[in-house]
Amino acid sequence: MKNEVLIAGFGGQGILLMGRLLAEAAMKDGYHATWFPSYGPEMRGGTANCTTIFSDEEIGSPIAACYDIVIAMNQPSLERFGPKVRPGGHLLVNSSMVPIKCERRDIQCAYVPAVTIAGQMAQERVANVVMLGSLLGICPAPILSAYEEAIRSIIGVKKPELVKINLDALAAGRAAVEEQLCAPV
Amino acid sequence: MSIEMAMMGKASADDRPATTCDDVECVMARPASMTDKLMHYCPGCTHGIIHRLVGEMIDEFGLLDHTVGVCPVGCSVFAYEYFQCDAIEASHGRAPAVATAVKRTDSSRFVFTYQGDGDLASIGMAETIHAAARGERITIFFVNNGIYGMTGGQMAPTSLIGQKTTTSPSGRIAETTGMPIGVCELLSSLKGVAYLARVPISSPKNINTARKYMRKAIRAQLENKGLGLVEFLSTCPVQWAMSPIAAMKHIDNTVIKTFPPGVFVDRVDPVDATSTPMPAVAHTGAEA
Amino acid sequence: MSATLEHPGAKNVAAESEPRGTEQVAGTKRLVKGNEALALGAVHGGLEAFFGYPITPQNEIPEILSGLLPSLGRVFLQAESEVASINMVYGASAAGHRTMTSSSSPGISLMMEGLSYIAGARLPCVIINVMRGGPGLGNIAPSQADYFQACKGGGHGDFHSLVLAPWNVQEMFELPALAFDLADRYRTPVFILADAVLGSMLEPAVVPDQIPPLRKVSKEWATVGRGRRAVKNVVNSLYLDPEVLSAHNETLQSTYREARREIRYDTRFTDDAEILLVAFGIAARVGLSAVRLLRKQGMRIGLLRPITLFPFPSDAIKHLAKQVRQTFVFELNSGQMVEDVRLAVNGISPVDFYGRMGGVLPGPEELAEQIRSRIGRGDSL
Repeated sequence: MKNEVLIAGFGGQGILLMGRLLAEAAMKDGYHATWFPSYGPEMRGGTANCTTIFSDEEIGSPIAACYDIVIAMNQPSLERFGPKVRPGGHLLVNSSMVPIKCERRDIQCAYVPAVTIAGQMAQERVANVVMLGSLLGICPAPILSAYEEAIRSIIGVKKPELVKINLDALAAGRAAVEEQLCAPV
Repeated sequence: MSIEMAMMGKASADDRPATTCDDVECVMARPASMTDKLMHYCPGCTHGIIHRLVGEMIDEFGLLDHTVGVCPVGCSVFAYEYFQCDAIEASHGRAPAVATAVKRTDSSRFVFTYQGDGDLASIGMAETIHAAARGERITIFFVNNGIYGMTGGQMAPTSLIGQKTTTSPSGRIAETTGMPIGVCELLSSLKGVAYLARVPISSPKNINTARKYMRKAIRAQLENKGLGLVEFLSTCPVQWAMSPIAAMKHIDNTVIKTFPPGVFVDRVDPVDATSTPMPAVAHTGAEA
Repeated sequence: MSATLEHPGAKNVAAESEPRGTEQVAGTKRLVKGNEALALGAVHGGLEAFFGYPITPQNEIPEILSGLLPSLGRVFLQAESEVASINMVYGASAAGHRTMTSSSSPGISLMMEGLSYIAGARLPCVIINVMRGGPGLGNIAPSQADYFQACKGGGHGDFHSLVLAPWNVQEMFELPALAFDLADRYRTPVFILADAVLGSMLEPAVVPDQIPPLRKVSKEWATVGRGRRAVKNVVNSLYLDPEVLSAHNETLQSTYREARREIRYDTRFTDDAEILLVAFGIAARVGLSAVRLLRKQGMRIGLLRPITLFPFPSDAIKHLAKQVRQTFVFELNSGQMVEDVRLAVNGISPVDFYGRMGGVLPGPEELAEQIRSRIGRGDSL
């Protein structure tokens, strides 16, 4: 099993943290994992993306030309990386920020209004973790408890008061995708 | 028995008891911190005098066991051959960086650099300024003879206006080569400098003044006050094309007009600063 | 000593000289950034004094050390330039300490004069180059274009540094300690060649919980202050007499020959290989992925990854060149290590090269396609 995941959006959306949480969760679930960031010269407001790979065998290249899963947090990311999802792969779109749909039929797409969901939790900042939670709805690994552990160890170290809301965001994202994928097309 | 033999403490040939210093007053001996290696310097060069002063100081402070000297590229490239202490040969201009590391890794060491004007004020100016700005606890002996001696008499950053060198054959022109750099003036604005003084090596009186300055520059390090630097206005009779005596007179009559001697900074004994006339330039903005 | 060497198929031809205890120490597996691993690895390896100047993409190294080293009573100093940094390393090494600097390509260029003095004075030290695209200011993307600079001397005069090339974060942690041991053993500078991807990526690595106490390595030649020593020590690279300098050069060269017993490399899938891929560092990781892709397609291809770039694993490559039909070299440069591979293979079988420059890191598919399309095409350089 190997999953190559690309997460992309604007700088400041918590893109790099999402990738890091995923890598941490994968490691805690016993997988080999890598995380590689790529971002523009602007620290805020520019484009940001990162590649997280997890696998049950030693990982070669920490970057990839195409991906099993792409999480697009904004429209430019969808346009740029949507075509790079492998046939049969998944595309997760933050539909709060992306008004368009992907037209590909050879991949599975899910649209998660992450900012709206996060707003309902009175904390729009956790939209990134909502999107991360949506991964749980399409990919069996890493398991939920590994994500939760990752949140506790990465976010909890500096801001323990934010652990609960992030765990809630994770669950909300998962529920949103499961609902969508189970719904009759 | 000759005085030389008495100084060396050797018995005379007929095995009579050696004449001791009780009988013959020993007025001059090589400092224990120096080797008996024959120096390579040109006749009349003041490096020999300044080396001796360094040796005297290491003896006087009892520092030989934990001294590390850092030698430069230039005429004094072989300085390590003349001292008994451990020594490091630095690349051109980098002695203050090398000395910084030797001192930082063990503050119980006494670390000095011995540098010429091309080394310290041209290629190594960045290292000089930053070591001074950081207040490195090192002591710099800066030999300024206003010329590149070893490479054959080229113009130095401290060459005087009008001075003829092999790369300023008609005399140094300010319009194209700028003005001589006054290292003491330049460094005196930096708070990391604990002691800064300039002295001509042109007479026994001035050599005594040099000893006084060197003691302070060494104390700046030993008392953890900051960087100490003594600039020696030195001769280069060969490249200046002067006799040794004429070269000495040239320092007193001409060089000191561009490079006024005196104490520029004294944070070792701050009271002394008032009793020692400081060049007017040294005060400008230094303690605002 | 490294995690990868425990992998089946991995070979370590330097078994006779394992530098430090392989005893198990308590450690935690956690996500570690490559640059962080280099910094921690150096401290665990006995780094006493670090001198450096900021440059991307290696800034985490001085940032971490600026807090960690002083807390351990060791020396951290941000120098005014890379020129000063390498000369501070020269001074700290002359005074007998384990010392290091880190930089990236343009900064390393500035250090080349100092490196030559360090090699000439036979001083041990470690220099990390987290390589970026060049020449000139280039960019801050991954590159391997400083292979020649690191492996062929770099500065003036006949000298070499030993050169180690990690390929994952665990090795980024482990190789600095090895580098210090090799530096002290051979009295020579040791390079660690990483790149912008290895420096910036996170990967699980086991880092011991406790920083070991300093083991003072005795250096009778060091200029520490004379103390009660009968003779003074002088650290120097000046030998005006040509015969004396010639003898000094012979000593250096024999040191490099002796260091051949430290050769380290790693192989994957080479037992039945008909095609051999040679790559180092991050390129070898792309290479491993490409090898797996091609194996799935039925190609019997294997990977050899030099861990020591100098001394170079020439014998191992020559041995495999007799077994395979063709050798490919993949580098993030215009073709530098390939020259050493060609010297090793020496015409036994064809050697082909694929490289990307300017900071481009191609994916495994691109490399696999290049290899597939060149099979049987022979020596194209």
